[in-house]
Amino acid sequence: MNIDFFGSLPLVAIWLALGAIGIVIQAFVRNNTKLVFGYYVGTLALTAFLAILSSGAKGSSFGGMIVLGGYAAYFDVLFCGAGILAMLAARPYLDRLNAELDEFYTLMVSAVAGMMLMAHASNLVVLFVGVELMSISFYVMAGFLRTDIKSVESALKYFLLGAFATGFLVYGMAMLYGGTGSLDYVEIGKAVSNGTATYPMFLAIGTVLMAAGLSFKVAAFPFHQWAPDVYDGAPTVVTAFMSTAGKAAAFSAFNPVFAAIMPDGVGGITDTMRLALAVMAAVTMLVGNITAIAQTSVKRMLAFSSVAHAGYLMMGIVAGTAYGHSAIVFYLTAYMFMQMGSFVIVGYLEREQGDGSDIENYSGLSKQHPMLAAMMAMFMFSLAGIPPFAGFFGKYMLFYAAIQSGYTWLTIVAVASSVISVYFYLGLIVKMYFTDAPGKKTTFATGTAGFTIAICSVAILLLGIFPWLLTNIISTW
Amino acid sequence: MDPIQLLIICAQAGMLVNLMLIAAAYMVLAERKVAAWIQGRVGPNRVGPWGLFQSFADVFKLYLKEDVVPAAADYKFHALAPIISIAVAITIYAVIPWSGPLVTIDGHSYGLAMAPQMNVAILIILAMTSVGVYGVALAGWSSNNKYSLMGGLRSAAQMISYELSMGLAVIGVVLISGSLNLVEIINSQIANGWNIMYQPVAFLIFFVTSLAETNRAPFDLPEAEPELVGGYHTEYTGMKFGLLYLAEYASMLAAGAIMATLFLGGWDMIPFVDEAALLGLAPDSIPMVVLGHITFVSKALLMVFVFIWIRWSLPRFRYDQLMNLGWKVLLPLALANIAVTGICLLLFG
Amino acid sequence: MEVQVILFAIFAVGAIGSAIVTVTRKNPVASAMALVGHFFMLSGLYLTLEAQFVAAVQVLVYAGAIMVLVVFVIMLLNLGTEQQLAERSSYLRGTLGTLFAALFVILLALAITSNPSGANQLSSKAVEIGTTESIGQSLFTQYLFPFEAVSLLLLAALIGAVILAKRHVQEGA
Repeated sequence: MNIDFFGSLPLVAIWLALGAIGIVIQAFVRNNTKLVFGYYVGTLALTAFLAILSSGAKGSSFGGMIVLGGYAAYFDVLFCGAGILAMLAARPYLDRLNAELDEFYTLMVSAVAGMMLMAHASNLVVLFVGVELMSISFYVMAGFLRTDIKSVESALKYFLLGAFATGFLVYGMAMLYGGTGSLDYVEIGKAVSNGTATYPMFLAIGTVLMAAGLSFKVAAFPFHQWAPDVYDGAPTVVTAFMSTAGKAAAFSAFNPVFAAIMPDGVGGITDTMRLALAVMAAVTMLVGNITAIAQTSVKRMLAFSSVAHAGYLMMGIVAGTAYGHSAIVFYLTAYMFMQMGSFVIVGYLEREQGDGSDIENYSGLSKQHPMLAAMMAMFMFSLAGIPPFAGFFGKYMLFYAAIQSGYTWLTIVAVASSVISVYFYLGLIVKMYFTDAPGKKTTFATGTAGFTIAICSVAILLLGIFPWLLTNIISTW
Repeated sequence: MDPIQLLIICAQAGMLVNLMLIAAAYMVLAERKVAAWIQGRVGPNRVGPWGLFQSFADVFKLYLKEDVVPAAADYKFHALAPIISIAVAITIYAVIPWSGPLVTIDGHSYGLAMAPQMNVAILIILAMTSVGVYGVALAGWSSNNKYSLMGGLRSAAQMISYELSMGLAVIGVVLISGSLNLVEIINSQIANGWNIMYQPVAFLIFFVTSLAETNRAPFDLPEAEPELVGGYHTEYTGMKFGLLYLAEYASMLAAGAIMATLFLGGWDMIPFVDEAALLGLAPDSIPMVVLGHITFVSKALLMVFVFIWIRWSLPRFRYDQLMNLGWKVLLPLALANIAVTGICLLLFG
Repeated sequence: MEVQVILFAIFAVGAIGSAIVTVTRKNPVASAMALVGHFFMLSGLYLTLEAQFVAAVQVLVYAGAIMVLVVFVIMLLNLGTEQQLAERSSYLRGTLGTLFAALFVILLALAITSNPSGANQLSSKAVEIGTTESIGQSLFTQYLFPFEAVSLLLLAALIGAVILAKRHVQEGA
């Protein structure tokens, strides 16, 4: 058994599980959501396990189409984990809305498959297929509650703008191909750093278009307008999944692509591009955080804060160093847990209190649900970047990476916007702990969503107190 | 490409278009004659001997008729629809290998076929068949008439559904012959026997889908006269109606010719027999090419006869039956055919 | 001048013209039909560039399948009041759009003329690359992985379409 085979095993596994076996199961066992749910959770767990096994693999496979091991394997595990957590949260949420269908889990796993393709991609064609697979699953999941006008609106908005952004992405790929005659990251990287591109101008246009397309996927300024509406309208579990894993996937692709087309120390147009990305990052943080202050809905506030976090993460791309990239990986992991956890809590409370995402509904939460309130507070502290939680260390790494590469001004902006963000994150905590509930409310069991919340909070604590757990893994790549 | 070559090609195209229109007009007559024969009537017999000039009389009448466009119709699209219909049929004729090369001028050989050597001829045929939907759909829509619109929509849905199976049926043939080039497909059939022997299922599927694509009975729902008056050509008169009508017969002949090419051996007269050696002629000598041409056209006309025969024998499908047949029977069958063909080629090919 | 170049010019002008018609018509059917025409022109461009397979597939897939569905839907919805549906064109948007389009054209022109070696002509291997055989060959060897991955993409799209169109989600109990 050669290493090639072993390294691509996670991809093959999820592929078969989804395409071949899953569909057959669903065709013969009708309307047994429990079985399908269990099957797909098992699939993701198995895939994650195989990914861990394959993490030692090196090099590429399928004629240089995908990279194996290390970076990609880590993201495989991350996406599968996110998928499992989101599925655990989704089951009680959808059940309560009488909207639990097998196909929801199928779509979720196909989205995970797309994300894995994005992380594994070493060729723009694979990247494109991965982006589309993920996005199409998201479009449908966002509009999953077909009779809910907000859900449908969110799906439609996401789809139209997403298709437009994909157009940018593909055009950018075509330009890169036109400029260098290759779709391979490595080849393009060589052409850029040796200055051997046939059409340098095409390369530049391609870089700009790729940046635009990927910025849309990570919801960075000025391509962020869709995010609040889509995140707000989509079913909350879907939001929890796509605002975390989706963003992580986009960054997992952003990273190697921009390492190839904007290598460090080439100068000229790449420096200009880098500066442009830095400005984008700065504006993204400010816009996200300042708009979040004005929100009265917690769901919407978190949506805007996810825009701001895209800005922080872009600092790692701007830095362009190995340290910057590992900072991105660390922050993505931390961000995934804290954002997913808080969205799942929002989803749970929303279920309990009707349209409960309004901030007023959170008053007195500490008395009603002491555990939930404590965990929510923890997520908020982490999102604001307050030690000892994971968010703090991630931010520290990102800021440090930016300073190292000489973007001190960007770090100052980032710190300033973090301070702004403390206002609304702490505002929610104040609401939960220092105001009284207007009246007695009925409570529900959290169901499997409780696992998600618990796992997320444990992970944040662990990563915050023992960051070397993760940085050690990252440093082996 | 020099001017002489261009001129010859233009002349060739002009000739082909004229031949085709005359053939289509005569097929209308054939349809009426066959219908009469099946129903124990005489059929048209007044114009010329045995009614042979009836077609000219019909076309002449259509030219003289007033062209009525409904006041509420979209007149531009109303005029465009018949043009699309006939143009699509003509384009298909361009790639059909009516005959081998007959004359050679300046080192280029010309036959009755325009571009049979095209590498993607089959794809062109499929593409044009699918574009043909626009003619019917636009005719239905632009007339601004409920019956027309219903006919147009039905036809669009029907054509889209049956196109798939048609394309998949062709893949079986392509697998066996190993080419998308129609002349090479014929040559492989001359060498190895006709494709209908190896691909009977594909032939059946292709035949049925051809009926549906040309809107012939029992798939003539788009113009089902008891329900929809005249379907998409309810609001057409004069030569516009004539064009729609001719397009239907022209695409019928095209379907016959395609089946002759893909499944019935093309120019080959008898399978497994080398006719040229039997007659003591060179394979590409003029008499052989002419014989081949006659064989080809006879096969195509035979298929057209079967089309007509079916129309006057079978009742029309109901709409849901039509969709069920297309999606639940023909499509899986066509897919299975590809799989079986592939496996057989792998094992015995 | 070569016939190929003349044909290319004709198709190029046709493509631009039909594209302009597509975006300026208020009647959706007219727009859709102009787009069909545009696809035919593109197909012609591919033919002059010796890409027979792409040309045929362009018509087969875009003009023959996708646009038929678009036209079908337009007719089904029967948008009779297209005049009201069409947004009022604002001056600002028109000007900005034209400006950006012009900028992009200039940029592309610069890019195309930027090639240092000046080799702006059809590759001599174009005839071989454009055939069905060579495309199939690279699809099943070099690009096997993404090719197979597309099957998963289509599956996801299929499931999504079924969910959105067919399955009924009962909401809020």
